[in-house]
Amino acid sequence: MSQNNGYQDMTSTQLLMKNIKEFFGRLNKNKAAMVGFYVLVILFFIAVFGYLDARFGWLGISSTKTNLTARLEGPSAEFLFGTDHMGRDILYRIFHGMHITLGVGFAATFLAALVGVPLGILAGYYGKWIDSIIMRIMDVLLAFPGILLALFIVSILGGSTINVTIAVAISAVPQFARIVRGSTLTTKNLEYIDAIRALGAKDFKIIFQHILPNIMSPIIVNTSIFLASAVLSIAGLSFLGLGVQPPIPEWGAMLNDGRNYMYQAGHITFFPGMMIVIVVLAFNLLGDGLRDALDPKLKN
Amino acid sequence: MIRFITQRLIQLIPVLFGVTILVFGILHLTPGDPALIMAGESAPEATVNAIRRRLGLDNPLHIQYFDFLKNVLTLDFGTSIRDNIPVSDHISARFFITFELAVISTAFSIFAGLLVGIVSAVWKYSFWDVSLMVITLFGLSMPNFWLGLMLIQWFSINLGWFAPTGWGNPNQMVLPVIALGTAGAAIIARMTRSSMLDVIGQDYIRTARAKGVKERSVIFKHALKNALIPVVTVAGLQFGYFLSGSVLTESVFAINGLGRLIIDSIFARDFPVVQGTVLVLAVMFVTVNFLVDITYKFLNKRVDLN
Amino acid sequence: MAEELQQTNVGLDESPEAVLKVDDLRTSFFVGKSEVKAVDGVSFEVPKGKTLGIVGESGSGKSITALSILNLIEKPGEIKGGSIKYKGEELVNAKISRMRKIRGNEISMIFQEPMTSLNPVYTIGDQLSEVIKIHQKFGPKKQKERAIEMLKLVGIPSPEKRMKQYPYELSGGMRQRVMIAIALACKPELLISDEPTTALDVTIQAQILELIKELQEEIGMSVIMITHDLGVVAETCDYVAVMYAGRVVEYADVYTLFENPKHPYTVGLLNSLPRHDIEQDELVPIKGNVPAPHEMPPGCKFAPRCPFASDICKEMPELKKIDDGNDVRCWIYDERWDGEKGVKVYENK
Repeated sequence: MSQNNGYQDMTSTQLLMKNIKEFFGRLNKNKAAMVGFYVLVILFFIAVFGYLDARFGWLGISSTKTNLTARLEGPSAEFLFGTDHMGRDILYRIFHGMHITLGVGFAATFLAALVGVPLGILAGYYGKWIDSIIMRIMDVLLAFPGILLALFIVSILGGSTINVTIAVAISAVPQFARIVRGSTLTTKNLEYIDAIRALGAKDFKIIFQHILPNIMSPIIVNTSIFLASAVLSIAGLSFLGLGVQPPIPEWGAMLNDGRNYMYQAGHITFFPGMMIVIVVLAFNLLGDGLRDALDPKLKN
Repeated sequence: MIRFITQRLIQLIPVLFGVTILVFGILHLTPGDPALIMAGESAPEATVNAIRRRLGLDNPLHIQYFDFLKNVLTLDFGTSIRDNIPVSDHISARFFITFELAVISTAFSIFAGLLVGIVSAVWKYSFWDVSLMVITLFGLSMPNFWLGLMLIQWFSINLGWFAPTGWGNPNQMVLPVIALGTAGAAIIARMTRSSMLDVIGQDYIRTARAKGVKERSVIFKHALKNALIPVVTVAGLQFGYFLSGSVLTESVFAINGLGRLIIDSIFARDFPVVQGTVLVLAVMFVTVNFLVDITYKFLNKRVDLN
Repeated sequence: MAEELQQTNVGLDESPEAVLKVDDLRTSFFVGKSEVKAVDGVSFEVPKGKTLGIVGESGSGKSITALSILNLIEKPGEIKGGSIKYKGEELVNAKISRMRKIRGNEISMIFQEPMTSLNPVYTIGDQLSEVIKIHQKFGPKKQKERAIEMLKLVGIPSPEKRMKQYPYELSGGMRQRVMIAIALACKPELLISDEPTTALDVTIQAQILELIKELQEEIGMSVIMITHDLGVVAETCDYVAVMYAGRVVEYADVYTLFENPKHPYTVGLLNSLPRHDIEQDELVPIKGNVPAPHEMPPGCKFAPRCPFASDICKEMPELKKIDDGNDVRCWIYDERWDGEKGVKVYENK
């Protein structure tokens, strides 16, 4: 478990650099993870471009223009992915909606980490009653399965892009806190941390210079794995009409639009769902790869 | 073992307590008047007041909570704002459907997952192994509600084989079970595979071979029973998720279970029903996890060398 | 005893009494495109009713040799060639169904790790009865009787109770006794014990070795005793094959080997062993380590650590019988050797 043995002489920056180097070496060997990584990079650029295009209209395409003469049209040369019930081009909607799916997923995950990581460090580092209180609260949050907690929160806050982000983030906080607490405990008990403390280092310094670099791996792994489920949760809530609200072209919300027209136009539900699958698959591939590359238990 | 169970039971108490506080508290912690939230922004003053009085919202918060807790312990979750029927009646009317969906979906997950996992492990790195593992990766990455929609599209609308909605006769059950169970099957398949590969490398498998045991028995008798221990845990956790997490599937297939009850009640702002149902689902989830924990401990007793 | 040794004829000569004859066995493991020759041309034979010791450091290929005999080598390993004859029957490339009838029945094996060699989810009784059920035509009642009888034989107290217990309820020594009971349940012709006592306490070690010896006399089986411990060899074996880096470097009867070792490696091993029968000034360890597979020298694999190495050692010497009855794989005993002839055993350098 202790990958730090022999690393004591290094500064935290050197340690971090060494870990990063090792990690990319390992990740590079995992073909599936690299496929996931490249797919995500491509999707990321498309999302940024889609966002800018939606704002500035560079390409001169519209994802919002309704066209009642071309409703529910199947895929054709003119509309590659067909049109929806209001005659909007589904391809353009997916294109302009990509930054929402990715952005909200990242935002929820980032928020969850922002709250969960410090809680985990506090619980693991200080132990005793601080640990008990934090972890009991996390246990309570973990008593709600899957998206039920997010659903419950959204039901009271009301459905909106921000609320769904917050709700999904809250439901993920305990996962981060648990994992970070565990790694903090392991790191804290290493002999060299004791030595540093004996030399009079302040808690703050120990946490930032020595604990944090050592627990980065589990945080990164958990983040990448959680991104996949964040995207799924957000799409799910939006699909129920409780997340991102129409007419924002979020993919889950688009599926909700399309489900009423399945008998006439199945393609409305096909393409946005396919895009969710691609994004989630890419996150899963990368997450698996990162875990293999970073998990000290699986090293060698 | 008894000590372990008691210990875990005692740990459950603060968690369950916390769950009631959370379920009770969220409504009150949110900015704004809960009665107004329930009645809707544009409701007349009299309606809002009626709701407030009925739910005892005039009382101080801690009195409200203790009333809530007292009622909950007697399985009284209040009455629905929509139709004045006790919440517990709503829940008991729908519980069995959700339970049935969860049991059948778990069974499907275990069956499909074990099959795929064992095939993959026995012929590791073969064409079948690689293909099956790619398929399970898709299974994990598919939103179950989308899979549900696609199943309806293909098998109900295009082929007309199965009913697209409802629950009760087998014709209606096939698609929801596949939609809900596929991700679970994928997880169980991957778990079984890695667990089998781990076990097949153990010394006692070599012993079995050295005894002259047939390869089929080596796999199905000696390896599988050991490999199943972590799989049992995963399957149990899946059951917990299915039991309380079938909201989306019930919505897609218009199944009148607890998940759909929550969604309908959220849209109708019927918060006593939402609270009661969420509470029941959370308690069931905690209970299932507790049982899984005990089972794992029991099964693992023999295997854990320390 | 000495006369008997003369009769059974040490070495690789044809001997009708050998239960097992291994000739030029080669087993390799394939890592990516590179081949690791774990066993590279091993030959020996096991006379009926006798014990052959296979000695060597870890990584010398002794366990792989043992697993090869029962065809238990798994991918990425593979038996590349050579011959393993059990009572004249070729086992390399034998049908898997035939191998299954031999395993646990005619040739049995016990392993180094008693803690992990029993299946944790089945009772002792299940695992012991299984081997009886596979190889004997007994009814369930007779199976159980036989199982209990075997547990008694290996000295396990209250066997009826033990039958219903799981491995985790037994100590390491008890588990190894169970392993021996399983191995001997069908009265095999040959028992392969792969470091059966390495993982056990010293006092238990002696008991287990004594048990194997007793049962050997009772059943009249032959034994291959694989060990890195020359003490175990001295106590239990009639013949010894010393292995180094996948090859047998010396083969002799146990008295000859201890009194008159020929190969520099054997000499080194004996010099590093404390002895009661001879006065020793100090223990002399062998210099260096076994080279890693990719660093193996051409020719004699021991040359880099050998105090007598010369140019000719870059060629591989043959395993040849020399005057005193030892088979030795070393240039020192070749006509072409121009250096000092012979080595004094307990000379301290």
